[in-house]
Amino acid sequence: MKVFKLIFKNALRHKLRTILTVLGIAVAVIAFGILRTVVTSWSAGLEASAANRLIARQAISFIFPLPYTYGAKISSVPGVEEVTYANWFGGVYIDKNNFFSRIAVDPETFFTVYPEYILTKQEMETFKRERNSCVIGSKIAKQYNLKVGDVMTLEGDIYPGEWQFTIRGIYQPKEKSTDASQMFFQWDYLNERMKQEMSGRDGNVGWYIIKISNSANSAEISTKIDALFKNSNAETKTETERAFTQGFIASSGAIITAMDFMSFVIVGIIMLVLGNTMIMAARERTREYAVMKTLGFSAKHIIGLILGESLFVSMLGGALGLFFVIPIVASFEEVIPKGFFPVFRLEETTIIMAISAAILIGVASAVFPIIRALKTKIVDGFRFVG
Amino acid sequence: MPPIIKVQNVSKTYIRDNFEVPVLNNINLEIEEGDFLALMGPSGSGKTTLLNLIAGIDTPNAGQLFVANTDIATLSETALAKWRANNVGFIFQFYNLIPVLTAFDNVELPLLLTNLSKAERKKQAETALEIVGLKDRMDHYPKQLSGGQEQRVAIARAIVTDPLIIVGDEPTGDLDKNSAEEILTLLERLNKEFKKTILIVTHDPHAAERANHTRHLEKGDLV
Repeated sequence: MKVFKLIFKNALRHKLRTILTVLGIAVAVIAFGILRTVVTSWSAGLEASAANRLIARQAISFIFPLPYTYGAKISSVPGVEEVTYANWFGGVYIDKNNFFSRIAVDPETFFTVYPEYILTKQEMETFKRERNSCVIGSKIAKQYNLKVGDVMTLEGDIYPGEWQFTIRGIYQPKEKSTDASQMFFQWDYLNERMKQEMSGRDGNVGWYIIKISNSANSAEISTKIDALFKNSNAETKTETERAFTQGFIASSGAIITAMDFMSFVIVGIIMLVLGNTMIMAARERTREYAVMKTLGFSAKHIIGLILGESLFVSMLGGALGLFFVIPIVASFEEVIPKGFFPVFRLEETTIIMAISAAILIGVASAVFPIIRALKTKIVDGFRFVG
Repeated sequence: MPPIIKVQNVSKTYIRDNFEVPVLNNINLEIEEGDFLALMGPSGSGKTTLLNLIAGIDTPNAGQLFVANTDIATLSETALAKWRANNVGFIFQFYNLIPVLTAFDNVELPLLLTNLSKAERKKQAETALEIVGLKDRMDHYPKQLSGGQEQRVAIARAIVTDPLIIVGDEPTGDLDKNSAEEILTLLERLNKEFKKTILIVTHDPHAAERANHTRHLEKGDLV
């Protein structure tokens, strides 16, 4: 206990220096937490993607549609369990800044392929029955204070005109990583209006989602599906949902990689800051270490004192940073454009990484002062003038 | 009775900036148990080096150093640290107390290396502080004490483990006349009343007079 007392008292010997170092580590942990949250949120779609789902899209580009008739052919491929389709709608809800996904889907099959979007039986039945109904994620409902029965009016851009939908369900996300900020409505509603108002744009879907019975066969099934439409006007490119999502975020990959890199650079910088503090502290105590060695304290005691002090400062900073990073990430979510990240939360892995980083900073910062303290002979320690 | 300290043909050379600097040349010295010896000599004569060798905080290049029948020149660094903790009490010119610890904590410090219980450590540290007359200041930090009081705390720290020998490097060198007198009286008392073997290094002839014997060093030779 006396050794802990000495570690504690040593750490608080220069209060201002220790406070500034602790604050530096806390700020670094906060920055690390925010950056890692941005990185993990950006990749949240990847985490949420299922191994047993394939996406078939137009081979040339995702923006080109596929014929509705492809669905039946895809269903006939061995290993395919269920096929559904979706179509990106776009549009504006109240304001251009109110971004969230609006997607036309097949109400009969979509929620079977995506069991992570949870609707009640009644909500599901109403959604299937009413042509102009829609379901929204719980996050959207909370954000815009919407409830079942409310009418949502969208101003179409890709599909011009005013579009009115009645909310008939609010889906709950199954997992923390599930996107609860989407709006789904019936593809039939979209298709009918296209037939009436923009003939030639009807009968198309954006992409197919294929649930397969065995994820190990994904490559083989993908090849078979693409072979079905080879040399047609709309060739397909089928890939796993993960690969599809990866392709989506690839365009921002460099920025995300840079942010990822920066989060670790911050850890490195603060390691140098604490290292510098510890070197100064150990240097100032050269004579004291010589005294302690003279009294019979061994290398392990000196290591314990320096390492203990370094860990005390780094863990204190880490704890302070973690204490603040949770509300800061929550308030950060409020200021970023709505719907920019479908899921923006501090992940457990980020917290574990931050704690590990604090420990690593503490240990690494103590290495050089320990080496110096141990290498200094007692007689040289007494001669030392700081 | 064999001497408690026996220095046989000890030499010490330091390497400074690639130059060999001989400090002690073939020193032979014997100190009886219960003696109080003062080592005197001009700066650079090697008296502190000899003290450090006898106290086991430095090692000779040649010769043998027996303290209570142990050849400490042959001990490893770890063994030497343990040996120092059990056998030597140190008094420094600049007291060298740990500034963030109270007088009591400073005195208790060497006892942390022993197997004593907390209560035993407390009793022993308080006894040592009582001997030096500072029991009432045991909760004070070094900065709250005068130089003489700090040195008395350092003496309490030196005697708390009941060592075989007490070594002092200029123990009165940083003190005013009155405080120095107090410290020398205390050392005399430790020698006479508690039968401690004491070896001090000093420039001060008045301090040396209080010892039982005085030896002089000049340019690394005992004269």
